[in-house]
Amino acid sequence: MERIVKANDREYNEKFQYADNRIHTSKYNILTFLPINLFEQFQRVANAYFLCLLILQLIPEISSLTWFTTIVPLVLVITMTAVKDATDDYFRHKSDNQVNNRQSEVLIDSKLQNEKWMNVKVGDIIKLENNQFVAADLLLLSSSEPHGLCYVETAELDGETNLKVRHALSVTSELGADINRLARFDGPDTKLMQNSGKTKFKRTSIDRLMNTLVLWIFGFLICLGIILAIGNSIWESQIGDQFRTFLFWNEGEKSSVFSGFLTFWSYIIILNTVVPISLYVSVEVIRLGHSYFINWDRKMYYSRKATPAEARTTTLNEELGQIEYIFSDKTGTLTQNIMTFKRCSINGRIYGEVPDDLDQKTEITQEKEPVDFLVKSQADREFQFFDHNLMESIKMGDPKVHEFLRVLALCHTVMSEENSAGELIYQVQSPDEGALVTAARNFGFIFKSRTPETITIEELGTLVTYQLLAFLDFNNTRKRMSVIVRNPEGQIKLYSKGADTILFEKLHPSNEVLLSLTSDHLSEFAGEGLRTLAIAHRDLDDKYFKEWHKMLEDANAATEERDERIAGLYEEIERDLTLLGATAVEDKLQEGVIETVTSLSLANIKIWVLTGDKQETAINIGYACNMLTDDMNDVFVIAGNNAVEVREELRKAKENLSGQNRNVSNGHVVCEKKQQLELDSIVEETVTGDYALIINGHSLAHALESDVKSDLLELACMCKTVVCCRVTPLQKAQVVELVKKYRNAVTLAIGDGANDVSMIKSAHIGVGISGQEGLQAVLASDYSFAQFRYLQRLLLVHGRWSYFRMCKFLCYFFYKNFAFTLVHFWFGFFCGFSAQTVYDQWFITLFNIVYTSLPVLAMGIFDQDVSDQNSMDCPQLYEPGQLNLLFNKRKFFICVLHGIYTSLALFFIPYGAFYNMAGEDGQHIADYQSFAVTMATSLVIVVSVQIALDTSYWTFINHVFIWGSIAIYFSILFTMHSNGIFGIFPNQFPFVGNARHSLTQKCIWLVILLTTVASVLPVVVFRFLKVNLYPTLSDQIRRWQKAQKKARPPSSRRPRTRRSSSRRSGYAFAHQEGYGELITSGKNMRAKNPPPTSGLEKTHYNSTSWIENLCKKTTDTVSSFGQDKTVKL
Amino acid sequence: MAMNYNAKDEVDGGPPCAPGGTAKTRRPDNTAFKQQRLPAWQPILTAGTVLPIFFIIGLIFIPIGIGIFVTSNNIREIENPSKECEPYRRNEDKPIAPCGAIANSMFNDTLELFLIGNDSYPVPIALKKKGIAWWTDKNVKFRNPPGGDNLEERFKGTTKPVNWLKPVYMLDSDPDNNGFINEDFIVWMRTAALPTFRKLYRLIERKSDLHPTLPAGRYSLNITYNYPVHYFDGRKRMILSTISWMGGKNPFLGIAYIAVGSISFLLGVVLLVINHKYRNSSNTADITI
Repeated sequence: MERIVKANDREYNEKFQYADNRIHTSKYNILTFLPINLFEQFQRVANAYFLCLLILQLIPEISSLTWFTTIVPLVLVITMTAVKDATDDYFRHKSDNQVNNRQSEVLIDSKLQNEKWMNVKVGDIIKLENNQFVAADLLLLSSSEPHGLCYVETAELDGETNLKVRHALSVTSELGADINRLARFDGPDTKLMQNSGKTKFKRTSIDRLMNTLVLWIFGFLICLGIILAIGNSIWESQIGDQFRTFLFWNEGEKSSVFSGFLTFWSYIIILNTVVPISLYVSVEVIRLGHSYFINWDRKMYYSRKATPAEARTTTLNEELGQIEYIFSDKTGTLTQNIMTFKRCSINGRIYGEVPDDLDQKTEITQEKEPVDFLVKSQADREFQFFDHNLMESIKMGDPKVHEFLRVLALCHTVMSEENSAGELIYQVQSPDEGALVTAARNFGFIFKSRTPETITIEELGTLVTYQLLAFLDFNNTRKRMSVIVRNPEGQIKLYSKGADTILFEKLHPSNEVLLSLTSDHLSEFAGEGLRTLAIAHRDLDDKYFKEWHKMLEDANAATEERDERIAGLYEEIERDLTLLGATAVEDKLQEGVIETVTSLSLANIKIWVLTGDKQETAINIGYACNMLTDDMNDVFVIAGNNAVEVREELRKAKENLSGQNRNVSNGHVVCEKKQQLELDSIVEETVTGDYALIINGHSLAHALESDVKSDLLELACMCKTVVCCRVTPLQKAQVVELVKKYRNAVTLAIGDGANDVSMIKSAHIGVGISGQEGLQAVLASDYSFAQFRYLQRLLLVHGRWSYFRMCKFLCYFFYKNFAFTLVHFWFGFFCGFSAQTVYDQWFITLFNIVYTSLPVLAMGIFDQDVSDQNSMDCPQLYEPGQLNLLFNKRKFFICVLHGIYTSLALFFIPYGAFYNMAGEDGQHIADYQSFAVTMATSLVIVVSVQIALDTSYWTFINHVFIWGSIAIYFSILFTMHSNGIFGIFPNQFPFVGNARHSLTQKCIWLVILLTTVASVLPVVVFRFLKVNLYPTLSDQIRRWQKAQKKARPPSSRRPRTRRSSSRRSGYAFAHQEGYGELITSGKNMRAKNPPPTSGLEKTHYNSTSWIENLCKKTTDTVSSFGQDKTVKL
Repeated sequence: MAMNYNAKDEVDGGPPCAPGGTAKTRRPDNTAFKQQRLPAWQPILTAGTVLPIFFIIGLIFIPIGIGIFVTSNNIREIENPSKECEPYRRNEDKPIAPCGAIANSMFNDTLELFLIGNDSYPVPIALKKKGIAWWTDKNVKFRNPPGGDNLEERFKGTTKPVNWLKPVYMLDSDPDNNGFINEDFIVWMRTAALPTFRKLYRLIERKSDLHPTLPAGRYSLNITYNYPVHYFDGRKRMILSTISWMGGKNPFLGIAYIAVGSISFLLGVVLLVINHKYRNSSNTADITI
């Protein structure tokens, strides 16, 4: 995409009609609300269907029911949904406005003017100050920092809080002192919006199933209509013909076939109640109720940030009970993005707390006093260390310890700064380094300042300035970084820190004993999930260094193979090192992550970590939160650079896996075909043994290509854990889409940053971590809460209950309406297929919305099979949801059969009784109206007994609703059959006196009792047999729960997490290459004291290259925010 | 059913409330309702609760069924063999009163019962015309049109239904049983639910306890045939029936009750056996959480 923009020329830019900078996430405005909303609503199969029915009912020839039986519920439904949509959209408008109305300073008419961000146009020049929000994509023109540098935080984009460097073009950098930026892409064109993808209307699988079932029912309805219509035609020609004296044909209704045709439509109207419109409203109401329960849950309330959980979408709750895959971001989601220096090993001795067990560790923390640091005034207050031995060693003057801390204070890329209060502030570009430097600072080796040529530190109170001779920067292959300094005594030293595997190879042979000791320590650290680094040093002799430095300068000046030559020289000098020790930094996990992950895996939920972080970091976290363990049979790492390589690696891994699998299971590879999937090749193999797959972003890009992705998916799904590192937001979404599409599995994505937005949106359920700075993830999410661990409760308790309740509700609802409606079908055979209704019209209108709605709603909202605590303690209870066991097509058929049976009992028992019946006083009671009242009363009682059987958690609300509904039925019945109301509307209420007459007859009650027992008895038998012979886990726990009632259950048993302790090494730093050059060039330093002339030359000579290098090396990061677009100015 | 009120007294295990007003306002209330901890009865279908129900149903239904059946058998029967007006709204430009197909098809045979005594003079049995319709129908639903004393005047301008022999105001001589409130008419207008139906025609009252209502003897039935049924293969019957606490003769209910009761009893036995046999497998003791 090419854009032509003239800076600061609005008129010129307007020609191109670039989008404005307004952010729109809302769907309607006041004018468009009604048409769009109605259009959307009538897109629902059911609503459209009812509209058609309504139209049919207005045709007098076929109208078998009065119009109010359909329009009253329809209007009710549409209004309720519209009100809900309107409130939802109102909140979206509100949050949009908040973003759009943020202030910015824009240069208009050569004056800086305040302008709302939404009014910023493409080409505007904007002045930004420190700590301001940026709500557009900008091009940096100039900044107050030297060399046009500026640091941006991209928390809203990727959730990472470390600062990223951006620099202005050299042409523009001299222009001004303040940060000026040019708006580049606006509004919908910003990277953020481009990455975020479209807001899709999410539907749950139950929704889709419901739509299918409604279509089936509709087909069923047509079949019934056809049967009855044929019946009518036959009846009219065979029997009705004989009654022409009494029933002659209407005008235009001269043949039995035509009569049958009209009857068809009449029956369609009568039987439409099999799909009651109240179904959809009830489903919405239930979901709304469940959403409120999520909002109200105190156990998902994070008091530290005063953030309650929030269900931002109210239509997806039951899907929470069916999750099979979780895609999780790492930074800010699993981890807190806080690094702390935890332990270290110096010269073979471990310092830092000794955790035997998780609990014990916390005890120590509570009991022990943290170490008093030497130079309290300069210490970082948040840093705490609990082992006093290290402090003592420092005080004793152990040279190794001093040297160790010196390395930490010297070998890094941190920049120091003093804030207004005179406190030392570190600008860190990776939090790991910050942790190390801060640790050194608190132990008395305070990094004070640096120039391109020197580093000044305060060593136990005395200022020491080291001359920085060379900076051997970090990169991905080296996995280490070194500095060569000359100390005041004139000795030249090389200080190095890096991944242990790499550094251990560089050690002098004399280190062997220490190496094995340190190696053990490193294993121990790694076992605790800490990020480890080895620390080493080397004394260099002057002459050797000079020669080496000469060669380095030559190499730097070289045009060919420059990088290779430099790398060779670095190799050359970083050898024969002396090991000092190792550091262990904790990438702090959020609270309860390990327990949550363990529990969710027990619930058979697969967790995939998708992170923008480096592979080592991601793996480290995988181990830290028990997703990766050493018990795993194999961990496959895919790191190919092109499609062929990637495919090769995937296939090899797969072969490897199935080979091993075959060995383990003696040649039996159990194939379980769940469903005929679109991708034929994908067969889910139940793999014995645990495997893990780690794939990086580059390989993933190839693996997502059409012909490789089946391999990827197949392999990934056989693995217990999948970690994708260095992935872009788009790739995150692609991975989610892949699983969604070919696995037919319900997916959940959880993240905190704007880089997770697309993933959150494409997953079935998106969860945002709230209470942090970036809001984008939360705004795009369906559910939000403050801590990852609440996911456990959201899924295992709320999700499970929602699914359980929704399924029970649907089963009952379909049953109820089949029982209610099919009676008309049976009656058709006895009324000459004349489309006469069995019940009073009022009963038909009120049955679903008044007589039977509340008890089933109460069940759908409040029912619980097992308590929340047991749901949490027993994650296996989650499985029925994943396998879709509680409501599926089979269950639906059972419900329908149950309904049909009930309708048979409801019709034929009164039929038999009324066939030959007289009242107690000899009067006629076998009339149509008494028949209707008897059946209606039986029906209400039968469905009430049935809901009573279905309700497993009887709160007072259930009692009130169930008994209340029956009471309401009788009061309405007697009211409508009263003399008074007949006197007012004689035409609407022809059933006058009926209830009084029929319901005082003993034999009518005998009929009702018999009908009820005959309808319910088989259900009780089946349920009883099922519960007793084939109890589900939930049944068992219910019993257990009941048994435990007397003695309160013991406090919850948390799954113990066992840490494995193997060694993983990795320079697991969120580190970016190129900072070394930045430092040695001095570009990022304010020129306090003019550097020596030689330095100036050096700077000059470097100035072109470092920017290029930085550009080149940061493209990884940049491209992770979307395809970087070229801009023409 | 097993009763077990589950009053949870446990206190919320969430983290302690942070100090500060804002924290308190956003913190969800700790009510049993919002935290889904409402006390509840959680019934479970256990052998102890379900099986007795089957036996109770069996033990109750079978006697009821027998009772009904016996009562029904004691009832002695002696056998012998509309709101819409269209298309019967108007005839010869006059509105039909009463209109509609149901009214038009009103049963109009007359039946007379005679006891043939020893003196061979047939003694007519008094058949009560009034009291055969529902009170509400007679007094609320059906009303004669307003007007003067003369019923014929009130129906002026209307014509009789096509199939009727007499106009509506000539159904009976008794003014309280004539016109729309004629009980024969009202009974006919209470349409039957099913194609085969019976309606109350007349009542034979027992005069005193000493004399039987219908003493043994020969009776003759005099039918004035007005209502043709042969062209639709219809059949007419006259039934003389006694009534009881449960109304007329109705063998179905009794048999159905006995059947359902027996099935229930049987199921109870079967379930008891099954429960005994498989109790070990469904023992709850082996569940450990």
